[in-house]
Amino acid sequence: MNRSIAETRARVERSLKRRRWAERRFQAYGLGAVLLGVGFVAIMFSSLISQGWSAFRQAYVTLEVFYDPEIIDPDGTRKPEDLAIADYAALIRNSLKAKFPGVEGRAATKQLAGLVSGSAAQELQRRVVATPSLIGQKQTLVVLTSDTVDQLLKGRIDRTLEEENRTISDQQIRWADQWVRDGQLSLRFNQRFFTNGDSREPEQAGVWGAIVGSIYTLGVTLLLSFPIGIAAAIYLEEFARRNRWTDLIEVNINNLAAVPSIVFGLLGLAMFLNFFGMPRSAPLVGGLVLTLLTLPTIIIASRAALKAVPPSIREAALGMGASRIQTVMHHVLPMAMPGMLTGTIIGMARALGETAPLLMIGMVAFIVDVPKGLTDPATVLPVQVFLWAGSPERAFLERTSAAILVLLAFLVLMNATAVVLRNRFERRW
Amino acid sequence: MPHFALLVALAALAVLGYWVGKQRSLQLVGGGRGIRKLHSLPAYYGFLTALWCALPALLIMAVWLLLQDTIISSLVLSKLPVALRGQNAGELGLLTNDIRNIVLGNIPAAAARPEVLVAAQDYRRLQGIADLALSGLVLAAGLAGLAWVRSRINPALRARNSVERIIELLLLGCSMIAVFVTLGIVLSVLYESLRFFHAVSLDQFLLGLQWSPQTALRADQVGSSGAFGAVPLFLGTVMISGIAMLVAVPVGLFSAIYLAEYANRKFRASVKPVLEILAGIPTVVYGFFAALTVGPFLRHTGELVGLKVASESALAAGLVMGIMIIPFISSLADDMITAVPQSLRDGAYALGATRSETIRQVVLRAALPGIVGGVLLAISRAIGETMIVVMAAGLAANMTANPLEAVTTVTVQIVTLLTGDQEFDSPKTLAAFALGLVLFVVTLILNVVALKVVRKYREQYE
Repeated sequence: MNRSIAETRARVERSLKRRRWAERRFQAYGLGAVLLGVGFVAIMFSSLISQGWSAFRQAYVTLEVFYDPEIIDPDGTRKPEDLAIADYAALIRNSLKAKFPGVEGRAATKQLAGLVSGSAAQELQRRVVATPSLIGQKQTLVVLTSDTVDQLLKGRIDRTLEEENRTISDQQIRWADQWVRDGQLSLRFNQRFFTNGDSREPEQAGVWGAIVGSIYTLGVTLLLSFPIGIAAAIYLEEFARRNRWTDLIEVNINNLAAVPSIVFGLLGLAMFLNFFGMPRSAPLVGGLVLTLLTLPTIIIASRAALKAVPPSIREAALGMGASRIQTVMHHVLPMAMPGMLTGTIIGMARALGETAPLLMIGMVAFIVDVPKGLTDPATVLPVQVFLWAGSPERAFLERTSAAILVLLAFLVLMNATAVVLRNRFERRW
Repeated sequence: MPHFALLVALAALAVLGYWVGKQRSLQLVGGGRGIRKLHSLPAYYGFLTALWCALPALLIMAVWLLLQDTIISSLVLSKLPVALRGQNAGELGLLTNDIRNIVLGNIPAAAARPEVLVAAQDYRRLQGIADLALSGLVLAAGLAGLAWVRSRINPALRARNSVERIIELLLLGCSMIAVFVTLGIVLSVLYESLRFFHAVSLDQFLLGLQWSPQTALRADQVGSSGAFGAVPLFLGTVMISGIAMLVAVPVGLFSAIYLAEYANRKFRASVKPVLEILAGIPTVVYGFFAALTVGPFLRHTGELVGLKVASESALAAGLVMGIMIIPFISSLADDMITAVPQSLRDGAYALGATRSETIRQVVLRAALPGIVGGVLLAISRAIGETMIVVMAAGLAANMTANPLEAVTTVTVQIVTLLTGDQEFDSPKTLAAFALGLVLFVVTLILNVVALKVVRKYREQYE
């Protein structure tokens, strides 16, 4: 047992090299883990941006259209209801045939017409119904191409593939190239993406319907969860005596914060839809479900904000003869408000990204119209992302990424507001 | 929006009530000079009047609106011809929906059957009566409250105390909502699950090895073939969550250690927010990333080395879920590690331990309970995570231990069972609620244990 000092020292020195090496290795693991996390963020964002950026520009083609009276209004009545149901697709076809002469037969014509989006005919109809005097004239129009031409122009279709394996035929590629050579086909800012609702045709699909749905849903959530959450926090922090009841409430809130969100969806389905008979797919119900979901977050954040107000403030107010309610309303609450607002915004940001519970209450339906009220069928941004992600068309892939970018932009905006609020109004005691 | 107009009217009435109450109190003591004779400030008499004017009326309105549709529907249905009424619950529900849609103008009236059209008119008539009655009742209640308080106002009335008691009760009510939500979850999920367990026995559900809910649509198979055995779903959930934890725990823990113990302040301040971005990204984005980037990437890599990887492999979903959980674990572990007192570290250094030895043998051991609690919370989150697995994991229930194959999870099945057609008496949709119950119970247990562990740990060092 009695080892000499020299022996011990030799042993330690022998082990030092190994221990220092272990030290360096351990530190490298740590750094590696951090870099891995940061790398994930970088990969995700770069893949989203590189995929989604192109969706903000869309292929348009310039066409020379002749508003042929023979097709639009053969009887010459000029009645609006006749004008509304005319065959405007034929005008587009004729314009295309004039550009590419020699196209005969149904199959070839169909291929040719497939270059242009179905919305072009609707555009013509809108114009003619608005100004019937156009009939008989020629006009140069810029119309949407189909999504395949758009993808071709953006280089997302592999021209070297066999024709059967492509969504666009050799002939269509030749036509599109001809357009490019003649300067008729170009990418422009994709305004429709921000003004349209959903559509089965990728080139016409937009996020506006989903944004409006999200605004309605979050509006309901905010109106309910902010006052209720703050009231609950005030009660628990300032008034509740510590007894079994308040303990139960506390445990409940903490647990609710960790209940999987889809369970809230089940609650919404069973209670709001089946029991109370509320409408499916409505922002009202979505807002209610998200309220229940965000309440615990807001209550916990608000309680933390109330806790941060020093007791001396309360004691001073009480000492001046204020009642407890007056103390809270006049002194504690204003001081805790920035913290509460920060917590609420973060809760709202979480609610904005929430998808699963909304699937349960039917907000996953395909809805073209922009919702006009709280009970209209609607969808929200993350659900729109989910819907588009499941679409087979290549063009929906870039739109999904673009919708995600829009969603993330909103989230960044909300979180930045929260950070600014905190930095500006936070008081340290 | 007649209800909105009613709310506005009620608000106006409450404002009027405030003014009436305040004036009445001043009038009783002969104007602003006699204010000393009042028990409370005049504004409190106003508030008291306004509260008594608005609150009972609001309560009446809420209860009425919650029940109105159900009652009107049953009234309308009871008047329908017997031939139409004598259907099963599902078809009756569809019929009710039709009637409501005609009333709302969602479907053109011309397309409907004459009986339904009559019913829709009846519905609209009843709705009109109900709205009128509601408006009358609410405004009457408001006025009655107003008049009652006004008649009670006298200088000795303790208005402030009454107002404060009402406010306190309102605050209490708001904090009780959390309890009601829990109760609502338990009751609604339990009720539907019990209906499910009438058709499929509990042990069949919990121990059965075969899951194929679709076949239950065939008449000869309902609740008989054991097609509702949830074990494959549980195994799939465990596998995907397990993969996620294999990614998240080491990466999250090591980043927390590095950030808390090694990194200088500048590095920490710039890297920590970046990691927290991961926590703020919506799960649907992770799902998209898993399904369209990671899944195909794994399949191609597998092809290169000669492995067959399913495009909806458990590995892809688990990996991405792990990435999602990294910030959760790292921030919790960071808290726990920084809560360990410096004196413990100093003691270890004094004995000649290196930094990593101190961390491994002292800091981590001291922080272990807290970290375990955090990991439990993370597991509960992984089990309940929905969007990633809905988008990136499979639908078919495979019993396999191979992470390269497609498996399905509890949450995926809940979503697939409940989106699409909704027939509320078939075991197929009710099964979703049974799965939800299992999910709720398991996560609840994990959360309770985890929160207890974390709290105990915090108390230890405070």
